[in-house]
Amino acid sequence: MTVRIQTADFDAGAEIAALRAGNPKIGAVASFVGLVRDVNEGERVSQMTLEHYPGMTEKAIEEIVAEARTRWDICDALVVHRVGALKPGDQIVLVAVAGAHRGDAFAACQFVMDYLKTRAPFWKKEHTGEGARWVEARASDEIAAGRWRSKG
Amino acid sequence: MVTVLYFARLREALGTGREQIELPPGVRDLDALRALLASRGGAWARELAPASTVRGAVNEAMARGDTRVADGDEVAFFPPVTGG
Repeated sequence: MTVRIQTADFDAGAEIAALRAGNPKIGAVASFVGLVRDVNEGERVSQMTLEHYPGMTEKAIEEIVAEARTRWDICDALVVHRVGALKPGDQIVLVAVAGAHRGDAFAACQFVMDYLKTRAPFWKKEHTGEGARWVEARASDEIAAGRWRSKG
Repeated sequence: MVTVLYFARLREALGTGREQIELPPGVRDLDALRALLASRGGAWARELAPASTVRGAVNEAMARGDTRVADGDEVAFFPPVTGG
């Protein structure tokens, strides 16, 4: 399991190649890449700044991935999350899960992403024509994370 | 002494990201520490009011109001998270 918080961009292809290297038991890799959009709640976003809680953020993501491993049969997982100044089109987050079969890899990847949105300490600040504002937490993200609670 | 950290909107509203506090007798959990900080008034009272959506962590783990706080702990207050 690898969890990295970094300001630098990432190469999803290279990250996935490294994740599965040397393990012929892996038959599936499911991955998700989150990107900065240029519009949020009707306003143009020119830049975004991401803040985190060094130490706790890594720990929180490691716990989420560990929980995914108890729920699904997966071989390995990788989370790379960027912080600092980002522009529309930039990559923010990569979640990649390797497993023997696609079903568990897909489900675990979605679970990690849904929980990351509500449990990992990251905060987004958007810079728009109106100035800078902190993004408020979204109820839809809570609902997305909540769907896993009903499934043992 | 406990170290108290503030993040994101809270850090900007309070004008500080980190401070050290001597815990007075009787302040033994997160709710009590939050009330102590809110009693400073102004932005402190507004941001840390019981009705605000502020979240807390003790020693890098999400905490509840009744989570114990003791000398040497690292406590953090922050808004609901918005990552990904």
